[in-house]
Amino acid sequence: MAGERIEFRGEITLEITDAEQITDICSYAKTDLGFDYLVDISSLDHYGEDPRFTIVYHLYGYGHHQNLRLKTSVSEEKGELPTITAIWRTADWHEREIYDMMGIRFRGHPDLRRILMWEGYPYFPLRKDFPLAGKPSELPEVAFTEPAPLQGGPFVTIAGGKDTIAREPRVRIPESDALETNSRLERRRDIKEAHGQSYGPGPIEPKNS
Amino acid sequence: MSSTQEIEVLEPAARVMAKTTPEEDLPGDKMVLNMGPSHPATHGVLRIVLELDGEIITKAAPDIGYLHRGDEKIAENMTYTQFIPYTDRLDYLAPLANNVAYVLAVEKLLGIDKQLPNRCQFIRVICSELSRVSSHLLGLGSFAMDVGAMTVFLHTFTEREKIYNLCESLTGARFTTSYTRIGGLSRDLPPGWVEQCRKFCNEVLVNIDETETLLTRNRIFVDRTQDVGVISREEAIDFGLSGPNLRASGVNHDLRKQHPYLVYDQLDFDVPVGSNGDCYDRYLLRIEEMRQSVRLLEQCLEKLPGGPVNVPDMKIVLPPKDRVLTRMEELIHHFMNVTQGVNAPPGEVYFAHENPKGELGFYIYSKGGGTPHRLKIRSPSFVNLSILSQLLPGHMVSDVVAILGSLDFVMGECDR
Repeated sequence: MAGERIEFRGEITLEITDAEQITDICSYAKTDLGFDYLVDISSLDHYGEDPRFTIVYHLYGYGHHQNLRLKTSVSEEKGELPTITAIWRTADWHEREIYDMMGIRFRGHPDLRRILMWEGYPYFPLRKDFPLAGKPSELPEVAFTEPAPLQGGPFVTIAGGKDTIAREPRVRIPESDALETNSRLERRRDIKEAHGQSYGPGPIEPKNS
Repeated sequence: MSSTQEIEVLEPAARVMAKTTPEEDLPGDKMVLNMGPSHPATHGVLRIVLELDGEIITKAAPDIGYLHRGDEKIAENMTYTQFIPYTDRLDYLAPLANNVAYVLAVEKLLGIDKQLPNRCQFIRVICSELSRVSSHLLGLGSFAMDVGAMTVFLHTFTEREKIYNLCESLTGARFTTSYTRIGGLSRDLPPGWVEQCRKFCNEVLVNIDETETLLTRNRIFVDRTQDVGVISREEAIDFGLSGPNLRASGVNHDLRKQHPYLVYDQLDFDVPVGSNGDCYDRYLLRIEEMRQSVRLLEQCLEKLPGGPVNVPDMKIVLPPKDRVLTRMEELIHHFMNVTQGVNAPPGEVYFAHENPKGELGFYIYSKGGGTPHRLKIRSPSFVNLSILSQLLPGHMVSDVVAILGSLDFVMGECDR
């Protein structure tokens, strides 16, 4: 059931061909091989390949001071593998984090909820097809998830248009900034209207002089 | 004629007790108390939902993620060198140690961790140990303040200020140090720094002794911490605790001893281990760890060798600026290094560093090139906090602050 053994930079990796057997292998590693400490569980997204996801377990033994890495793959359609919370309770939060960030479910987990993002967040942000700038979510009241404000704001150099000296944040005056910022605020207003709720400040009124 | 009559006057509380029979003491409704995310004892933005029966906690549900910034996602979209400033913001109480841990992980991937110049390795040990002292000073100060000892906090912060001054003259920044580079350091020690650091070592030892006289035999402090928040050895391993919290439970495990990196195998230091695993043991252990760190610092300053601080490989470390501006080869290397980053081989490594808070690990999965395909940060605070739902039930509400203070976590690192 254990497949290839890979050694790189003095670390040993074992690939497990069948993800369903991870519970048996982990409990064997703990009881018979003396790997009593689960250091970490992480996940990889090989977007565009099949199987898409890899789960990586880092084990350590206090008796023999050896490290071992176990890897197993999960396909996108299945997106599920058995939990190992019954073997190490520290796996609880690690598995919740993977579920939250990658969207892989752990069968038999006692409390599989999101941990870093809020309950009801619709995406899995660590997947490779999730953009770095973020996506607007259905819940603008809960958190601000507009695409990152790369333009506007008092400390950001505004890209394009004028020459660099004029765009430099310390030179800019607030009034001329208002035009730049308004496009962003209007976008917010659109979201507000769509949801019928108050959401952030409205556009800045131009000054009458 | 006078006679004496004995009248029994009970205490007010006892009088009430005498009037109410135990049968009347029906179980009341359980109360849900929300603690945090903005609460001084949660050291940042930890939120705990407590279910209380009177003053006893029956259930605790920690809620984290208020400081989640997506550091792992960010790391996938930039070169290895560009991520160094982000490591400052993980455990922001020990940025130098994070810098060291991160570059050591990348160097392990590149396979140059054994070629680092000796001077670089000693300076990195100094950085790690300075930040350990700084982090523990803050941890103890705020722990003591949470359980009612304000003076200690002011005392330890005086010493921390000196560490920040040292950081400032070393790196140019007090908080966001970004000091290390892949294959070396951003700069060598400034002139006179060794003497300043030596002076600090002498002063901090006095301060640690004074802190101990304020707390170790302080009746209030001992009563509030002894036998509170006891973590057994088995529980500590099961929940993956690391660092001082693990050692306080009696596990003799320190990455600096068990898997020595840098020059820790050439230095002489002891690893303190606790026996009870309660809040008081965790306090004592941190006090002793600071003394050992100062011992390490003194040895490093004594043995500090001369020579370069960077590996002599222009494909990894930026060449000197005057040569970049005058020579072709160096210009090309500079350009490639800045635009594409160091060319890492495909492969995966996990490197764990003994950070002040515990085992800070970086798991890097590379498909080759200048950016990681995946960078997972195994943060000690995240793992250490997962024990809360097991640890808190059965304690009083006032014990929560003592337990949180003794676990010494940082939310920047927990939420990433």
